[in-house]
Amino acid sequence: MSLDAPPKAIAGPSSFIDDRIGAGNFLKRNLRKVFPDHWSFLLGEIALYSFVILLLTGTFLTFFYKPGMGEVAYQGSYPPLVGVHMSEAYASTLHITFDVRGGLLIRQIHHWAALLFVAGMMVHMLRVFFTGAYRKPRELNWLIGVLLLTLALLEGLTGYSLPDDLLSGAGLRITQGVAISIPVVGTYISFFLFGGEYPGHDVISRFYSLHILLIPGILLALISAHLILMWVQKHTQMPGKGRTDTNVVGAPFYPSFMAKSGAYFLFTFGVLALLGTVAQINPIWLFGPYTPADISAGSQPDFYMGFLEGALRIMPAWEINFLGYTLPLSVLIPALVPMGIIMTGLALYPFAEQWITGDKREHHLADRPRNNPHRTSIGMAAITFYGVLWLLGANDWISAKFHIPLYTTTEIGRVAIFLGPALAYFVTYRLCIALQRRDADVVSHGVESGVIKRLPSGEYIEVHVPPAEDLVEHMRGKQPIPAITAGPDGEGIPSNGMRSPIGRVRAKLSQTYAADTEAISLDGHGNGHGAHETPPAAVGAGEDGQKSIGH
Amino acid sequence: MTENPNDPGLPEERVPRRVLGTPPPGNGSALGAPVADAEPIVHEGVQFPDPATARKGERAAALLFLVAFLAGVGFVAAYVIFQVGSIDKVATSNMALGGTLAVALLALAAGIVVWVRMMMPKYSLVQERHTMASPPAVREEIGATFLQGANESGFVKYKLLRRTLLLAAAPLGLLPLVLLKDLGPLPGTTLRHTVWKKGMRLIVEGTGEPIRAADFNSPGGILSIVPEGHEDDLNALAKATLILIKFRPEDIKPGTKLNWTHDSIVAYSKICTHVGCPAALYEQTTHHILCPCHQSTFDAADGAKVIFGPAARPLPQLPISVDSQGYLIAQSDFAVPVGPSFWERGDAEAEARARGQA
Amino acid sequence: MNSITARRRHPLARYAVLLLALSLLGGVYALLAPGGDRADAAIASGKADDVAAGKDLFAAHCASCHGLNAEGTYSSGGASGPSLIGVGAAAVDFQVSSGRMPFANPAPQAPRKRPPEWVNPTTVRQLAAYVQSLGGGPTKPSLEEVDPAKGDPAKGGELFRANCIQCHNFVGSGGGLTYGKYAPDLNPATPTQIYEAMATGPQAMPVFNDSTITPEQKRDMIAYIVTMREQTDPGGNGLGRIGPVTEGLVAWIAGIGLLILAAIWITAKKRQVTHD
Repeated sequence: MSLDAPPKAIAGPSSFIDDRIGAGNFLKRNLRKVFPDHWSFLLGEIALYSFVILLLTGTFLTFFYKPGMGEVAYQGSYPPLVGVHMSEAYASTLHITFDVRGGLLIRQIHHWAALLFVAGMMVHMLRVFFTGAYRKPRELNWLIGVLLLTLALLEGLTGYSLPDDLLSGAGLRITQGVAISIPVVGTYISFFLFGGEYPGHDVISRFYSLHILLIPGILLALISAHLILMWVQKHTQMPGKGRTDTNVVGAPFYPSFMAKSGAYFLFTFGVLALLGTVAQINPIWLFGPYTPADISAGSQPDFYMGFLEGALRIMPAWEINFLGYTLPLSVLIPALVPMGIIMTGLALYPFAEQWITGDKREHHLADRPRNNPHRTSIGMAAITFYGVLWLLGANDWISAKFHIPLYTTTEIGRVAIFLGPALAYFVTYRLCIALQRRDADVVSHGVESGVIKRLPSGEYIEVHVPPAEDLVEHMRGKQPIPAITAGPDGEGIPSNGMRSPIGRVRAKLSQTYAADTEAISLDGHGNGHGAHETPPAAVGAGEDGQKSIGH
Repeated sequence: MTENPNDPGLPEERVPRRVLGTPPPGNGSALGAPVADAEPIVHEGVQFPDPATARKGERAAALLFLVAFLAGVGFVAAYVIFQVGSIDKVATSNMALGGTLAVALLALAAGIVVWVRMMMPKYSLVQERHTMASPPAVREEIGATFLQGANESGFVKYKLLRRTLLLAAAPLGLLPLVLLKDLGPLPGTTLRHTVWKKGMRLIVEGTGEPIRAADFNSPGGILSIVPEGHEDDLNALAKATLILIKFRPEDIKPGTKLNWTHDSIVAYSKICTHVGCPAALYEQTTHHILCPCHQSTFDAADGAKVIFGPAARPLPQLPISVDSQGYLIAQSDFAVPVGPSFWERGDAEAEARARGQA
Repeated sequence: MNSITARRRHPLARYAVLLLALSLLGGVYALLAPGGDRADAAIASGKADDVAAGKDLFAAHCASCHGLNAEGTYSSGGASGPSLIGVGAAAVDFQVSSGRMPFANPAPQAPRKRPPEWVNPTTVRQLAAYVQSLGGGPTKPSLEEVDPAKGDPAKGGELFRANCIQCHNFVGSGGGLTYGKYAPDLNPATPTQIYEAMATGPQAMPVFNDSTITPEQKRDMIAYIVTMREQTDPGGNGLGRIGPVTEGLVAWIAGIGLLILAAIWITAKKRQVTHD
């Protein structure tokens, strides 16, 4: 049975709307918009749907939460705190937890969603980075993404402080310690933020307005812009059969992609509900109310702030006093530099790459990470940098649970923060080259079949069979990395710009960035691009070509 | 090339071509005519599953939807049945509500995926992309329009208007900043003082009782101390909290100011000089005070000097003595500002030494 | 997590606890009925035969480090131990009953472990009596003094947060200290051991003597620790109750992991046999 006319229930309202806003044209162009299919293209949706769930669960929480710092004696259903003096904020969070049906569940889903919101942004960002999907024309969307990540950290920080428990108070204290260390204006920032001395009576309600109004509002606007740009520019696609820089191959928005996206929203919500059911998060009743006099061992921030915590921990005690002023470098450097390196680096990378490669073309075909070894290595080095800091943010637990002396973990961290990224760069680079060579091998010689054959000469060889066509197409999607060889006009003589010191550095960088990738050709044989550089090891049993069949 | 009917290369006509009074196209639906141009359902790039698979998929999806329905009903039932109000009741309620919700959502999600994968066609549609940039002619036209508008407005021509307009805008931009001034008082010298003053008793945190020096008599003991009368004043506690340590006399090293101690009892600020966490992990064997946040370590026997970690300054020592009843009291406020460093702090330790306070 | 904590939320756990509490109550009664106070006093002062038996035990198991007369020894690199004169019976009971002493391997800190064969309540009592006879010190608390049911967990919680959590964490899960030392997990410790640890300050731990933290306050803290230990985690698995570190791990491994699996399932293509 199939439908041969739109049902009245849909046709009626559609006409009503179209008569008034002319939506038909838009729908005509977009209902069957094609979306390419790849599992990694759904990672951003984790963040998107987590945000939707954050808005829904957050609204529920605001119905019961009281952002007050006035002191009350707890009289609720959690016996070990009855009679204890605490802020209204903490008491109302306990009320949500123990006296509102579903309150604990929603609180836990909200917190898990916050973690998945940031984690989803991070994996999505890494996918975009490693596939080069930030390249022209998508730099703007990349910048919006970087902004979103920064705001998400801020949103997380403000939300984490709201229950006003002992653990979040420690985070707030550190935030204040960092704010007050800022040269010249630090004390003013701290006094304005906290309404006077720390902790004051204002910070919870101020963070509350930031957390539920200002930052989510900006996030919502930016997320909408992010999606509109994605829609207008169409999604990038992985290389493969029939896929080029000028088309997009995949499934239509209606009905296929719509259903898939809907299912993924439900999966995200379902996984969050599952986590909220089986895994306890932020058990504030165990922490107790905040007082600046107490602290728990192993006080940690949520994972996304862990790298800042780690940076503060491995920093040596540097502080400069001059002319009656103090520059607390042991706070300023770790609080600002890693965050600055990561966020600025992310924001500038698309433009830096464009400058280095001189590539001003539009790109819609994603790179496989191995096919741009320097980019991939830079990415892995950055992950290592972040990862070392993140790990060091939990060095007290690492020390306690794995019985490594505490200072040893710090000292290892101080070295690893420099060595780790370099090592990651080197290893990743070699891996990328090796993987490219394997691709070249597969394309030119096929894949091992596991069949051993004896030649009349007595020699044994393994029979190679041609690889599946879609795999080959996927591999052949590799594009050479452009490099600036001479002037932008393509003549052999370097332009004036390229003769300047900066120009020479640029040319050098450009050569390096593109090096080694042209050497490994995927166009079969002999297109002139240094096939001799393919080492014998990659070729298999001997003289290349002869022994593979079906080639 | 492109089989799908929605050619994105349509001219940018937002307004449907319609004449007033004529019936809307597509037999009254924005969804278009009822397959009027007989677009074949099956074409290249759309591959329908075989009917057997589709039927199997339908059964699986239907089963999953049924599970989702039951779980959804279960959620409502769990809300009604399981009350909260004690830890164990909350545990049951959370398990029941969360479990049914998770099952409902996941079953629904799985059902839709089964539907998409087994019953909907496999698509390999191709859509053309177009460069994002507008054609040069359009750009030129926009440029011309911009100039035309700018000139028509007179903004370029009338200097006085332009300058006064900019002048008028400048203070308006500053207003939000001005309005923020009352967010808090100015720091002044508040960061240099705490509530400690001569004669104020040391109160044990948690018990709320003052403490006699004679009662704090086990070497290796430590107490968290708050100022008398400020036990619940968080602003005061954020600067004035102390750790009180009892030493064996022979353990005290020269860094500790002996005339600020009483009977080998030493009081240090509990607020870490790094970013202000309460530095309170005390090891009585090594006399280390460790801050749990960033692991700054201070030698309590030696004036709380820093021996590891990011803190740059020792924990300030509070001068203490006893009153006539033997209770521990402060001799004065701290000689230097406590807690994290800030710009105006300067080398307060050197200044204190110059004043002869250290 | 040790086996007790892992099983404490087992459906049968509450019956086991009930049974344990009942037998404990019976034990307390039996101990107190025939003049328990006098017995305690005898231990405190060191009954003569206990002291003698304790001296033998000491010579056999402790003297190699602590010296034949418990005066303490020091040899760099070799076995050395502090003087035990004045540490009291409570210190002996804590160290030996928790298996920390005798100290087996050189390490920054003696770990809790299974006590050796010869350790039983009698030998511990004898050893404690001997050490008590050397120079006094804190004595072992009575069962009533450490009975969690008699304490006020809310008051204890405030004291616990003021004095304990900076090292032992907010529910007593423990934490790291300098040079390989650590604050141990409080969950395996018995109420008596918790009391003794506060009174004697074992190893790096500071002392909280009775004149600063009264026995009643200590009992309140014990009540809080035991309440926390036995308390259900209403939100599901407690994830080790160590805060955001394990939460982050779960978010990444379970959360992102499951969602990536879902994404792969949604987008996976069966490889087409025919290529068109």
